[in-house]
Amino acid sequence: MSAPAGFEFTAENRAKVDAIIAKYPAGRQASAVLPLLTLAQAQAGGWLPQPALDHIADLLGMPSIRVYEVASFYDMFNTKPVGRIQVRICTTTPCWLCGSDEVVRACKETLGIGIGESTPDGRFFLREFECLGACANAPILWVDDDFYEDLDYAKTKAVLNALLKGERPKPGSQTGRQGSMPAGGRTTLKTIEQPDAGGPTDAG
Amino acid sequence: MSDSIKVTIDGAAIEVPRGLTVLQACELAGREIPLFCFHPRLNIAGNCRMCLVEIEKSPKPVASCAMPAADGMVIKTDTPMVHKARKGVLEMLLINHPLDCPICDQGGECDLQDLTLFYGPDHSRFKENKRTVLDKNLGPLISTHMTRCIHCTRCIRFANEIAGVEELGATGRGEHMEIGTWVERAVTSELSGNMIDICPVGALNSKPYEYRARSWELRKTESIDVLDAVGCNIRVDARGPEVMRIVPRLNEDINEEWISDKTRFSYDGLRKRRLDVPMVRRDGKLQPCDWRDAFAAIAQRVQGLPGAQIGAIVGDLADCEAMTALKDLMAALGSPSIDCRQDGARLAASPRCSYLFNTTIAGIEQADSCLLIGANPRFEAALVNARLRKRYRQGRFHVARIGAPDDLTFPVEELGLGADVLASLADGSHRLAERLGQAAHPMLIVGPGALTRSDGGAILAAAREIAERYGMVKDGWNGFNVLHTAASRVGGLDLGLVPDQGGKDVARMVKAALGGELAVLFLLGADEIEVDQLGSAFVIYQGHHGDRAARRADVILPGAAYTEKDATYVNLEGRPQRAKLAVFPPGDAKEDWKILRALSDALGHRLAYDTLGQLRARMAELAPVLAHPDVIEPAAWRSFGRKGKLDASTLVSPIQDFYRTDPISRASPVMAECSALHQTRTTTLPATGTYG
Ligand code: SF4
Ligand code: FES
Ligand code: FES
Repeated sequence: MSAPAGFEFTAENRAKVDAIIAKYPAGRQASAVLPLLTLAQAQAGGWLPQPALDHIADLLGMPSIRVYEVASFYDMFNTKPVGRIQVRICTTTPCWLCGSDEVVRACKETLGIGIGESTPDGRFFLREFECLGACANAPILWVDDDFYEDLDYAKTKAVLNALLKGERPKPGSQTGRQGSMPAGGRTTLKTIEQPDAGGPTDAG
Repeated sequence: MSDSIKVTIDGAAIEVPRGLTVLQACELAGREIPLFCFHPRLNIAGNCRMCLVEIEKSPKPVASCAMPAADGMVIKTDTPMVHKARKGVLEMLLINHPLDCPICDQGGECDLQDLTLFYGPDHSRFKENKRTVLDKNLGPLISTHMTRCIHCTRCIRFANEIAGVEELGATGRGEHMEIGTWVERAVTSELSGNMIDICPVGALNSKPYEYRARSWELRKTESIDVLDAVGCNIRVDARGPEVMRIVPRLNEDINEEWISDKTRFSYDGLRKRRLDVPMVRRDGKLQPCDWRDAFAAIAQRVQGLPGAQIGAIVGDLADCEAMTALKDLMAALGSPSIDCRQDGARLAASPRCSYLFNTTIAGIEQADSCLLIGANPRFEAALVNARLRKRYRQGRFHVARIGAPDDLTFPVEELGLGADVLASLADGSHRLAERLGQAAHPMLIVGPGALTRSDGGAILAAAREIAERYGMVKDGWNGFNVLHTAASRVGGLDLGLVPDQGGKDVARMVKAALGGELAVLFLLGADEIEVDQLGSAFVIYQGHHGDRAARRADVILPGAAYTEKDATYVNLEGRPQRAKLAVFPPGDAKEDWKILRALSDALGHRLAYDTLGQLRARMAELAPVLAHPDVIEPAAWRSFGRKGKLDASTLVSPIQDFYRTDPISRASPVMAECSALHQTRTTTLPATGTYG
């Protein structure tokens, strides 16, 4: 995880980079900075070493400091080495009201690290996040590209234990509800009028 | 649409020009609006909210610096709402401010301190922990106390816009936002010190001045900088016998409100390596003596010597008064050999238009195209470069260059390296010819990289031809410019300090000294010549620093530096300006003209002036343009220069180290540090090259 001396996009990523840059009119290449940072972070193992930032600055013809500003502004970008699997807990008010403290406790216990830390083997990185926009399924754990929803202490442990074993537990609600349906089943629109059937039927 | 609009400010109806902001309209109406982030020379950021005012029909207070004034607006700057808003803004700003004014260098000249006093809350309701921010290392000139920063972003905008180096930024977000370079590095601008001035709080301070004085203890003297030929207006702040700091003074025609780092930070060189007693070489060693002995030693050598065996060379920091006295003294001694072109510039003392920056610095803003010939204004005249960059940022400005490529902080079209390119421009066959022909106000700048070469005279002639061919000289416009690097040069040429009939110029004097034909050589602060090549000549050095030439001298006459005398300097535009005595010369050192006047007496050729007034009258007799300080006498256009062969070798600036160009900056430890940093930097860091 030490800082590499240089950074180049892989051939495959380079093709993506070119496609992204081509989307913007001439002279406006700097607009491509966010997608390029995302690509670079994935390629560099979950964080953005300075050579990667400088490389992007070169590609987009912008001063390095402007890329540093963007990379340090957004929480999704890590500018220091972190664990490969990124575990992010939402602790904003709705999640907190629904028990995110318990999720935090489960994470700390299972992974053996605190917030903002990475496991010594470099596998996991644990951090807090502000509202992930999924409050209806609070509390939320965001692992790499997946949301684990409707968590409590035990369910969080189960998810993490599976991750520790190298599995990918099924993302989404861990209580089995579909999407953001009311937790106790449907409360309205229990019956749906079928215009052609003429009468109410049970939507069950 | 009329050009003005009517607004009502605090009940009074006033008419203001269209296109102003509410803030500017209020200022026109004589209202003072408190502000932090707004700066008239920088883009509007609108992020501090200090400038809130009430505008009728707007439910919330409005940031006046970012709001365009519109016809019929009713603006109020003195209502309970405005007062409450200002108080609230200051309370917010102070939440994370350390309130360490008693140990802060900005104390006494701090916007935050002043505005809090007038508009702020009288106590704090904030009981929680304040945030702290680690200080940044921005190099040897700027000290940082980032906990004090209020995030106005003036420094960032200065770096981006005025200095043209995009290195500063705001990283992180919200409470974690920090101003800095992110990766630790010194700011690479020759104008970086100005950030200290524009920072409204004590976050960016002068490192060399840090914790050394309080602003109200300082004696402030308005003066002129002499470390290049721009003649920046400065204020010299001294305590007792010591210059504590140098800051810029506003002069829209020259330096606006900026100065270069060399101008600002070289003053520690004024305390180092000073010549403060007269010295005479006895038994091969320079030994202190009194003035009488020093003069006697000179008299012994000079008396009875034919004038042809005496020569005088004038250095880069000499003032007009001393040059006048020296010229008269040399004439009295019968010597035709006197030269103020220490660098060997192929310039003549007339016509005046042939050696001035005729466009003037402010005039650059009217130009639409600029041709650089062997000039690197960034290091030869930093504030001229700042003006060129300002013009570039206004748009529709094309700069082309003949000579070695250097980053000037704006894009430049390269035409070639050697002077041979000039020929095709002069005969109109060059590809740039059409573009130049179409320009309404084209200008060219001939720099020392061209003029100090052996084909300098031919280059000057070719430049004149180009100027005439492309309409650079016409009614109301003179686009022909010479870029000088020495504060003494234009004054010296105005006073005619060039060899008379049969006299020798600098190169010939040095050669004659080596060959034994020149017995006595008088150096008035001349350190940039080949001091080791003077043979057995008797060398008299009058100056203030034990720099290069003092080592070789047989007699040393200790003079005054520019902060220690009332003296006239003519800047590259031909504008005479007066430097003022801020501190007395150290030890036995004296004002330079007085030394020459006393020496003339000892040599039996007493000069005909006893007071500064009489001397200045004589000066005005020699060069009438010097009679009116601060006024540029436009030079009439006349033909000059002799056509010659143009050499194809690369035009290179003689200034390879911006930070060490003269006896004062070479004596300055701070400049030495900058220079060392700059040398390593140019080899390791790539230029960003985006020119914002
Ligand atoms: S360091 Fe000074 S100028 Fe820069 S943002 Fe902070 S307060 Fe403003
Ligand atoms: S508060 Fe957790 S997702 Fe919105
Ligand atoms: S001065 Fe207007 S917002 Fe800062």
